[in-house]
Amino acid sequence: MGSTIIEKIVRNNVGRDVKPGEIVTVNVDRVMIHDIFIPFVASKFEEMGFTKIWDPDKAVLIYDHLVPASQVDDTRHFRIGNEFVEKYGMKNIHRSDGICHQLMTEAGYVKPGDVVFGTDSHTTTYGCVGAFSSGIGYTEMASILGTGTLWIRVPETIKVEITGNLPANVMAKDIILKLIGDLGADGATYKALEFTGDTVEKMSVASRMSMSNMAIEAGAKCALFTPDEKTAEYCEIELTDKERDLVGDADAEYCRVLHYQAEDFVPVMACPSNVDNVKPVAELAGKEIDQVFIGSCTNGRLEDLMAAAEVLKGKHVAPYVKLIVTPASRKIYRQAVENGTMAILAEAGAIITHPSCGLCCGRTGGILTDGETVVATNNRNFLGRMGTSKVGIYLASPKSAAACAAAGKIVVP
Amino acid sequence: MEKFSGKIWVLGDDIDTDIIIPTEYLALKTVKDMAPYAFSPLRPELAAQIQEGDIIVAGKNFGCGSSREQAPEIIKTLGIKCVIAKSFARIFFRNSINNGLLLIENDKLRDVVNEGDEITVTINESIEHNGSQYPITSLPQNLVDIINAGGLVKAMRKLNGLD
Amino acid sequence: MGMTIAEKIIAAAAGAESVKPGDIHTVELDRLMSNDGTTHLTIDMYHQLKNPHIADVNKLVWIVDHNVPCDSVKTAASHKKMRDFAKENGIKFYEGAGVCHQVMIENHVTSGELIFGADSHTCAYGALGAFGTGVGCTDYLYAMVTGHSWLLVPETLKFNLTGKLKEGVYARDLILSIIGMIGANGANYMAMEFSGEGLKTLNMSDRIAICNLCVEAGAKTALMEVDEITLDYLKAHGREPKYSFKSDEDAHFAKVYDIDLSTIKPIVAKPHFVDSVVDAKECVGTHIDEAFLGSCNNGRLEDLRVGAELIKGRKVHPLVRFLVVPASAEVYKQALSEGLIDTFMEAGAIVMNPNCSVCWGSCQGVIGENEVLISTGTRNFKGRAGHKDSFVYLASAATVTASAIKGEIATADMLE
Repeated sequence: MGSTIIEKIVRNNVGRDVKPGEIVTVNVDRVMIHDIFIPFVASKFEEMGFTKIWDPDKAVLIYDHLVPASQVDDTRHFRIGNEFVEKYGMKNIHRSDGICHQLMTEAGYVKPGDVVFGTDSHTTTYGCVGAFSSGIGYTEMASILGTGTLWIRVPETIKVEITGNLPANVMAKDIILKLIGDLGADGATYKALEFTGDTVEKMSVASRMSMSNMAIEAGAKCALFTPDEKTAEYCEIELTDKERDLVGDADAEYCRVLHYQAEDFVPVMACPSNVDNVKPVAELAGKEIDQVFIGSCTNGRLEDLMAAAEVLKGKHVAPYVKLIVTPASRKIYRQAVENGTMAILAEAGAIITHPSCGLCCGRTGGILTDGETVVATNNRNFLGRMGTSKVGIYLASPKSAAACAAAGKIVVP
Repeated sequence: MEKFSGKIWVLGDDIDTDIIIPTEYLALKTVKDMAPYAFSPLRPELAAQIQEGDIIVAGKNFGCGSSREQAPEIIKTLGIKCVIAKSFARIFFRNSINNGLLLIENDKLRDVVNEGDEITVTINESIEHNGSQYPITSLPQNLVDIINAGGLVKAMRKLNGLD
Repeated sequence: MGMTIAEKIIAAAAGAESVKPGDIHTVELDRLMSNDGTTHLTIDMYHQLKNPHIADVNKLVWIVDHNVPCDSVKTAASHKKMRDFAKENGIKFYEGAGVCHQVMIENHVTSGELIFGADSHTCAYGALGAFGTGVGCTDYLYAMVTGHSWLLVPETLKFNLTGKLKEGVYARDLILSIIGMIGANGANYMAMEFSGEGLKTLNMSDRIAICNLCVEAGAKTALMEVDEITLDYLKAHGREPKYSFKSDEDAHFAKVYDIDLSTIKPIVAKPHFVDSVVDAKECVGTHIDEAFLGSCNNGRLEDLRVGAELIKGRKVHPLVRFLVVPASAEVYKQALSEGLIDTFMEAGAIVMNPNCSVCWGSCQGVIGENEVLISTGTRNFKGRAGHKDSFVYLASAATVTASAIKGEIATADMLE
């Protein structure tokens, strides 16, 4: 009987075969804590009576939601974080380098086969390099910091196979939105997603990241891609046999298998106010918009900015419409400066901010008001996420978003 | 078995964590400071109306979205005795158990109740509404252990020989 | 009796042959600038008028710069009100293009104009020899509806500049020194006029920095003689002067100050007053949490060059948040092409989009309780940059950057 990728990762971690439904205790390879929750993690950790972190080098603290601070108490989180790092001998801290999920993969904190937990639901992202990663709350994070372990229920796996070539105006974002629409916002709850097929094999790690990032929006516990040469290059490693073996076996048991033909995909958007309310852009065309946001851990990477720049080159953002661009990391920002992408976006009238969560987490970065509409490349369009509950949020790919910014209304890229 | 009754507040499907507590309020110092803003994007008046011992009955995928643990903590702080939903999102589920907020899955109740009704819950057995009984499945042992310890913090304190 | 520059501009705007300090004149305004700090209030009052109308829409320029990108539902609503009104009435409208005064100077202001701005630092336009003055939204509304307003002719203080600033000393140090010398109310209701051979050594960016801060001495306006540097700037931006005024030989000045630029030293204004200035060396070693390089005062290309040169090959101190915020989109684009933006990013700075940022202190990079900011912004009033119990030191781009590197207040000459 074969195994799915998640079953193999858990097996390698606990040292014995496991099957879905089983409750096991895993050894944690890496944890990520971000600025919003560090005060709570710190207080729970001490309340639990721990006096040291099980392995300080395995913990990473990242400031991203509150950078730059927008409310007077925000910097309290930095102070508490800095004190915690100092007190417990942590070395891995990023204070203004970008969004946590981007940094975890980009800065080499996550490798194929790792078991990683983060205090953020989009921790599923690291499945892009074949790591089992999932979001948890701050109390569990505090207990991992003390013990280095966490109980999990081995999930069933939904296999998603995509074959063929994507149309030119379709991005990985359109695929994951379509999938979430098909599965529903709870369609993968407690389950792992596993992506296969030549379409995803041809994708960059960045594109895979957009997909694994959003798996949580279908309720998934994790979303996995088989590590390949692209993964190795991205992680700057040579793949071991164990890592190469992180592929779903032909005789593995899946609770559901979905097949998509790449040529069938069209640009789509998730309409207000649920991520699974997905419609083809063509059906929404003509709707006037007030703002466009290109950024976030879902779609703030270099290829996303370049895709937007390609659409906007020689054009200008429509009058009275704002285009806010928030790169996912300092490294990406610098690469986009280097290759001229930033100059094109600036020339087109974009408001380019420092890398951070920005508008996606709704604390600053382009908040909207009643009756306004925003097209955004991030991962959530929940009621009130970017301002009042009367703001319409449409989630889209960077190509679609850039085309809308130039047109001042929803258009097919 | 423990048994309790309470007045219910009825919510829909996909009650996400941004509805339970918008990000705007997440940097407030304590969960108590945040509690008045609970459910504000959907029902701004609700937090003030909820009373100690009330019960929330909701549709599917309750608590979907972010990992913010303030969500279950706030619900508990408001005095909610338990949340009964057709299904729960997984991070919210773990966070609730770890904070000792009781969650009960039931896919029928939501469609027959009205806001303000009174229901009676017998833990690990059933829910009673208007004379009808709705059975509840029991939790796995490891979760029962956490709840019995009084939440994860207390369980860890015990581990560290503090209590 | 001769007239000062301020008197000449008012006389021209009033259609009077001559004016003298203390006179009140009805003046025709050339331009009316308003930003998101108060425009929503102006609009509310406008709608209460019996016969609301705009005298000359071409004179109006509205700029969203204080909270960009928008940071709360409250500001989102006020921006929308402003945007919708501008759209409906065909008012020239900028959003995200930069700090209002920089945008005005780059695109609209010309010598000899009389301009009302619903922002106190409107006096910055004096760098181009224009009479800019800050007004409240009631005055603004009256001018918007009628096209004119009344003005009390101010006395003029003359600053006769000689010599040249030393290496490592900036226009920012000069104007802070002057404010320290005359006090925060030393030029109340007055015009501050700058002229002399020393002025020729100051470029347009320096001049804007000087005029911009004159309101911190209470000045109604600040004015500089129009010279080649002014005319070159206007020409490069495709504009002609309206008038090129100089003060008459026999003009009356309330007081004349002779300032030898070579005597100016790096200066720091300590919390919580702009005139609380000391030699920067006296503040060396003061702990800081944040440093800010930006604002209408010191966020221009020249300032970014100073900062970038110091930080190249160095790193921002790990515990300091160093915010770099270009004053306008034009400045950003030029800084991008000169490699300055990348230099700041490489060093670990937080580079934000052009806007008022923490100088305004309501959103971007606000500081917390007991925190300390060293800033090239315009004001260090208590609570200006965030928490009511926080501290702001004002200094030049060089001192701010050196401090960001050191993690405490430091002057540029202290960098190894």
